[in-house]
Amino acid sequence: MENVIEVNNLTKKFGSFTAVDHISFEVKQGEIFGFLGANGAGKTTAMRMLCGLLPPTSGKGLVAGYDINTQSEQVKRNIGYMSQKFALYEDLKVWENIRLYGGIYGVPEPQIVSKTNDLLKRLGFENERNTLVNSLPLGWKQKLAFSVAIFHEPKIVFLDEPTGGVDPITRRKFWELIYEATDRGITVFVTTHYMDEAEYCDRVSMMVDGHIEALDTPKNLKQMFHADTMNEVFQKLARKAQRSDS
Amino acid sequence: MTNIQESEWAVKCEKLSKTYKPDIQALKNIDLKVSPHQIFGIIGPDGAGKTTLFRILTTLILADEGKAEVMGCDVVTEYEKIRRNIGYMPGRFSLYQDLTVEENLKFFASVFGTTIEENYDLIKSIYQQIEPFKNRRAGQLSGGMKQKLALSCALIHKPKLLILDEPTTGVDPVSRKEFWEMLRQLKEEGITILVSTAYMDEASLCDAIALILDGEFLKIDTPENIVRQFEPTLYSIRSLQRSKLLTDLRSLPAIDSCYAFGESTHATVIHNQISPEALKKYLSEKGHTDLEVVPIAPTVEDCFMELSKQMHQN
Amino acid sequence: MNSTNKNEHTHPTPTNGQWKTFGSFVQKEFYHITRDQTTLALLLILPVLLMILFGFSINTEVKNSQIAIYDPSNDVATRGIIEKIKASDYFTVVRMLNNPAEIEKQFLKDDLKMVVIFSDHFYENMQRTGKAQIELLTDGTDPNSAMTVVSYASNIIALYQQDLFKIQQIPFEITPSVKLMYNPELKGPYFFVPGILGMILMIICSMMTSISIAREKEFGTMEVLLVSPFKPMSIILSKTIPYFVISLINLATMLLLSVFMLKVPIAGSLFWLVTFSILFIFLSLSLGLLVSSIANSQLQALLFSGMVLVIPVVMLSGMIFPIENMPAFFQWFSKLIPATWYISGVKKIMIKGLGFTSILPELGVLISMTILLIGISWKTFKYRLE
Repeated sequence: MENVIEVNNLTKKFGSFTAVDHISFEVKQGEIFGFLGANGAGKTTAMRMLCGLLPPTSGKGLVAGYDINTQSEQVKRNIGYMSQKFALYEDLKVWENIRLYGGIYGVPEPQIVSKTNDLLKRLGFENERNTLVNSLPLGWKQKLAFSVAIFHEPKIVFLDEPTGGVDPITRRKFWELIYEATDRGITVFVTTHYMDEAEYCDRVSMMVDGHIEALDTPKNLKQMFHADTMNEVFQKLARKAQRSDS
Repeated sequence: MTNIQESEWAVKCEKLSKTYKPDIQALKNIDLKVSPHQIFGIIGPDGAGKTTLFRILTTLILADEGKAEVMGCDVVTEYEKIRRNIGYMPGRFSLYQDLTVEENLKFFASVFGTTIEENYDLIKSIYQQIEPFKNRRAGQLSGGMKQKLALSCALIHKPKLLILDEPTTGVDPVSRKEFWEMLRQLKEEGITILVSTAYMDEASLCDAIALILDGEFLKIDTPENIVRQFEPTLYSIRSLQRSKLLTDLRSLPAIDSCYAFGESTHATVIHNQISPEALKKYLSEKGHTDLEVVPIAPTVEDCFMELSKQMHQN
Repeated sequence: MNSTNKNEHTHPTPTNGQWKTFGSFVQKEFYHITRDQTTLALLLILPVLLMILFGFSINTEVKNSQIAIYDPSNDVATRGIIEKIKASDYFTVVRMLNNPAEIEKQFLKDDLKMVVIFSDHFYENMQRTGKAQIELLTDGTDPNSAMTVVSYASNIIALYQQDLFKIQQIPFEITPSVKLMYNPELKGPYFFVPGILGMILMIICSMMTSISIAREKEFGTMEVLLVSPFKPMSIILSKTIPYFVISLINLATMLLLSVFMLKVPIAGSLFWLVTFSILFIFLSLSLGLLVSSIANSQLQALLFSGMVLVIPVVMLSGMIFPIENMPAFFQWFSKLIPATWYISGVKKIMIKGLGFTSILPELGVLISMTILLIGISWKTFKYRLE
């Protein structure tokens, strides 16, 4: 099984402040990889580097087979991204959003129409194709945003706290979507503040003060830290933090 | 601060409704009573109406219908009295990004006609955690620190009632835990705290809660009572073949609903229609190994999900 | 945490407490402004830049205009006038034309600004009938400089006429059409300084104040401030004070630059000039408050002040384009713009050196406008979020 992400001693400094300090890890294809950490631990910075949005200070990274240092444009084209605020155009219709992002992600023109129809069918949105996004219930918007993020069948999709503030049922339905995507071979790289969601991941990494303090399956982490839940694991690890809080 | 009488209810709402243009009903006929000297949580997802409710209570917007009283004062006619006597922390912390920690606190103290020194003992345990950074600009603080600063600023004038709108959103679990610790200590000081959150696990840290969804309250009670009133039977199920579990469970008519819950899966069963043993047998026949099926008491989250399902069915 | 159990909070008396709070509001506003160094630099340097720009580079004086002359008479009068024209800095005689047919062709070929066309038997006509005619043909595609060269030429002709009168005691009438453009002295900076003063004060006071208030709304801190004992109006007033101070600084800077760099002296009373300017500052601040009660975001405040306030000031207040040249509707409209009255008053005091009584109409209008604006701001002021 190939690695969709390979990171080696990745570092990012802002002046004298080291936000990300020589992190190294891999993410296997088809995995659900949870990327956790406290505020200020360096999570967001690391994610931005992996998405090709921020150049590293030093170190190497390969995402979807492309070098984040030298091939950031290709990286962006071969990944999907969904952030907490969804980034759909509220005043456009459902099919217009799909079409727009299809174009942005470089899906070949002749395929866009057929793929759009397929997607609408799969989501059960055929009757909603002409509905404005801002009239959709929150759960549907989320579904749509996620589907749009993987419309171009990228190897990996980055999810930045996709379920923040969402009601419990919709949250879980969203994770069922994630499972469906991994069944199709898409790798999922997700950050979250909900510790129960950490349990849904195949492997979880915890960033503390710019380092990766732990990386393993939830089961092994709980064993290692004598904890019953990922929440406890998080609490124990984060207490070691020097930076920001405490 | 003019004296405000000790009233029976810290907050009282009657048939409160608010609609935003064109036809978004943010609050539908809300009734609420909050006793003083407790932590009262408004639990619900984004868009449920929490912020709208809080803005009405803090007199920032007017309801379309209904009445509300805060500490015995009407929110429409006596708004000035209310504004002088409560502490308010809106979403996004609302601090001055380009002022330092100390300057922010000094400023908010003076807004209420007091000084840091006068009420220092009240905020001491909170402020001490950020005091080493007192000369740092607020914009450069991490989420957890901003939260503590915003709380200090809301407390500095020793209000009797604190209204906190989603103070833990976007903050990591460790900071969240510390924050709730601080709230508990404030309650010991006699301060009434009305707090909203989307995190279901924080509900059990409140003395009483109101579950809110789509502008309506699903239930108002203590967390213990809400859990006690949960009707269906609840099982926690673990299996090695996790991905198949949901599909297999859903194909059973006896199972009313099932969802992932961290490591395990929770399934609700109507009227004890199937026993744990029978369920275990069914699942192992489907190929599940390392199985565990146990009845459990629900959490507030389970209750919320059940209640919201009922609401949508009606 | 242990707190001494004072039953109710003892508070300073409302009056001195409110003043103290007001003081910390003003202090906070100063912090915001001084820590946003880019904007601060802009606010203090912009006036200097504008003074230099308008003073030196944009010059409505049109020197060394290329002209041609067609003189069929070639007599003592025409030669006399032509000598004067040639001697002037404003003109460069490129060509003497021989043939009226050439005129149009040469206009295009030599890029001429004007052709002076004397009539036949110029001096003879003058002696006989007491009248003579000169045609001044100008390039209408640039009406502004066209009118300027015409007025220069007309002045020269008028001077000649005066000289002739001194010698011959006969009131000859040489009739070009004299349209005196911008300012009688025909000097650039004299015209612009009052306009720049008006524009800068308007920008700083109304635009910046409204943006500052909108920023509080945008960042959510306004919510916290509203839910406090502090009166909302005081919040707003505290925001105007730093911009008041910056305006005074800029006023001083601009007056100093005007006098020492551009050599436009303050002909009248400095005291009245400053007092009048302070009145205009109050007015602009109230305009800023009014805009802020409408705008919900900084962008809205910026666009609104820019579109509705600054641009009309620049276009219609008489700062660049003379009001007399505007169509009737705009002339009427420009009377509604406070800056028009301010600039008019400044011109009277500063440029023409007139006394206090001469600006009574302007004072009256500005005072009424200020009272009206403050009144409207007060009424429309929103002490809730909606």
